[in-house]
Amino acid sequence: MSQRIEQRFADLAQAGRKGLIPFISAGDPLPEATVAIMHALVAAGADLIELGVPYSDPVADGPTIQHSSERAIARGVGIAQILAWVSEFRLTDSTTPVVLMGYLNPIEIYGHARFADDASAAGVDGVLIVDVPVEEAETVTLLREKGVREIFLVAPTTTDRRLAAIRARAEGFIYYVSFAGITGASQLDPVAVRARVEHIKQGGSIPVAVGFGVRDAASAVQVAESADAVVIGSALVAKLAEANDRGAALAAAHAFLAPIRAALDQAVRR
Amino acid sequence: MRYASANTNEQATNMSNRISVSDFHAYPDAHGRFADYGGIFMPETLMPPLEELTAAYLAMREDPAFIAEFERDLKHYVGRPSPIYHAERLSRRIGGAQILLKREDLNHTGAHKINNTIGQALVARRMGKRRIIAETGAGQHGVATATVCARFGLDCIVYMGAVDIERQKINVYRMKLLGAKVVPVVSGSKTLKDALNEAMRDWVTNVADTFYIIGTVAGPHPYPMMVRDFNAVVGREARAQMLEEYGRLPDVLTACVGGGSNAIGLFHAFLNDREVAMVGAEAAGEGIASGRHAASLSAGRRGVLHGNRTYVICDDNGQITETHSISAGLDYPGVGPEHALLKDSGRARYVGITDDEALAAFHELARTEGILAALESSHAVAQAMKLARELPKDQLILCNLSGRGDKDVHTIAAREGIEL
Repeated sequence: MSQRIEQRFADLAQAGRKGLIPFISAGDPLPEATVAIMHALVAAGADLIELGVPYSDPVADGPTIQHSSERAIARGVGIAQILAWVSEFRLTDSTTPVVLMGYLNPIEIYGHARFADDASAAGVDGVLIVDVPVEEAETVTLLREKGVREIFLVAPTTTDRRLAAIRARAEGFIYYVSFAGITGASQLDPVAVRARVEHIKQGGSIPVAVGFGVRDAASAVQVAESADAVVIGSALVAKLAEANDRGAALAAAHAFLAPIRAALDQAVRR
Repeated sequence: MRYASANTNEQATNMSNRISVSDFHAYPDAHGRFADYGGIFMPETLMPPLEELTAAYLAMREDPAFIAEFERDLKHYVGRPSPIYHAERLSRRIGGAQILLKREDLNHTGAHKINNTIGQALVARRMGKRRIIAETGAGQHGVATATVCARFGLDCIVYMGAVDIERQKINVYRMKLLGAKVVPVVSGSKTLKDALNEAMRDWVTNVADTFYIIGTVAGPHPYPMMVRDFNAVVGREARAQMLEEYGRLPDVLTACVGGGSNAIGLFHAFLNDREVAMVGAEAAGEGIASGRHAASLSAGRRGVLHGNRTYVICDDNGQITETHSISAGLDYPGVGPEHALLKDSGRARYVGITDDEALAAFHELARTEGILAALESSHAVAQAMKLARELPKDQLILCNLSGRGDKDVHTIAAREGIEL
């Protein structure tokens, strides 16, 4: 059973560093470049990779990730293909945690038991299913049994009663949604985020990653003041979408992430 | 049960996931589940407002003052009760069972949709939410929402697929006349499901002051229950009317099923009357075999869409696929979770009606009875006509004529090559 997520957050804490979690849509911009992009992101300083499983009706996503998903779907990208990419990634990277992020229906159709078996075998460390709140977590309980971590969202609207239920169930880390809205919107309020993250951390030791609205080095540094890790999705996906070929995509991934890594590390040293 | 012969095949194919139910009025449970279906599959941001809504609504549905307020509006604003009309000329022409029409088309705004929007607007007002959002396919729910927002002085934003805006221009203009803002949705297939996605995105962004009036018995709990409750007036009324005017219950009920709100509205009061058969007419579009249809129950599979587990139309990767129907209101790749339960339990059966069959029924009803039915409702009329042919003259088929067809005359004319 993999401990990659726990190990990674423990290492970060010991080194006094903040985690950097890029999100990419699996299969976009070029299906054949997905594994190489994952490696490029690790080389540029990613601590954990969130791999988006494209879905036709992503109600929590803004236009950038919607369009990215549509492009991947048009190329026939599905769970079987994505798990094959994770296996390929694992051939040369056995330490960087990979979390799949998506919606329930593709898993429902793939089959819960089959998905738990195959995701675990491929080297997936965690799964964050946007439309599975803690009330419905029993539906994916087979994942937990196979050692794949259930990552849950906490939102600005989450009540303390719900937060307690989520904490009791959450594994790996908690993903705090920085504002009530869709991915890629620019509503980040660092002061409010800080207050909420500190509140979430009061109740336990599970690390807190913050996503939605983090788009560059400056916003990453602001969020990392309180969070254990920052998630960057839409801004990276938009950069990758501009790439016409594999080389350009790898260069874009590195060029986007490396300065954010540097800024995060510099801010911690200050 | 006198009516039993025609559905042996469907029942046989359903045996694998047959659910046994003793009291159909016991659903949903506290988690919003209709046996295996329903639930609350939503992003965390929307869970607290859904909890708040559930608690508020559960209190209101037991509150005599709320119920009285709702019933007063149904009577004086909607114009209820709607009559049951015996379509004698149509029945005689077919030569079989008698077709009775529950005239929801005579409601204010011309469809059953207003029953639900009145109810939800009252809930919103009591919860202090003044900004209303809605999605619409055919525009009937959008018009019904815009109407009640005007009536209660609430802001109204309606999301509508760009494709649907094109084929339902009259309803778009009606909404604007009523003071609503209609927002075209250009993502995905640009139809009802995408309008729902966009309304959810609005809600997640404006959750503090916004109330989402969902137009059908789908979505996350408590919507399938709440929308059903508000439309269940149709069946309650019809059951009493049947007993009073015909001295007995009907033998068969039929209604069209997209999301399924008018069908559940008619069926619900009769669910424990086991001698009353029920048939839902789904949109078979160009035929189930063509792949161009919207028949989630007849041809879909178990999945999760828009917050509930139900039957959905999707590909092997779990991507929701584009549906097709001549009627925008049935053009939806999911269906309310209570219908999934009714299907699996064998309590109701669901069949496909093609575009051509619905159009033929539209014309037949227009010529024999002087009623222009909505294209959605024409699917139910087509199914009623099929049943009438199979059943003896003394049997009664109660068909929900859920909406009027004025909004569809352009679509029908265009289909027949006529320029208006």
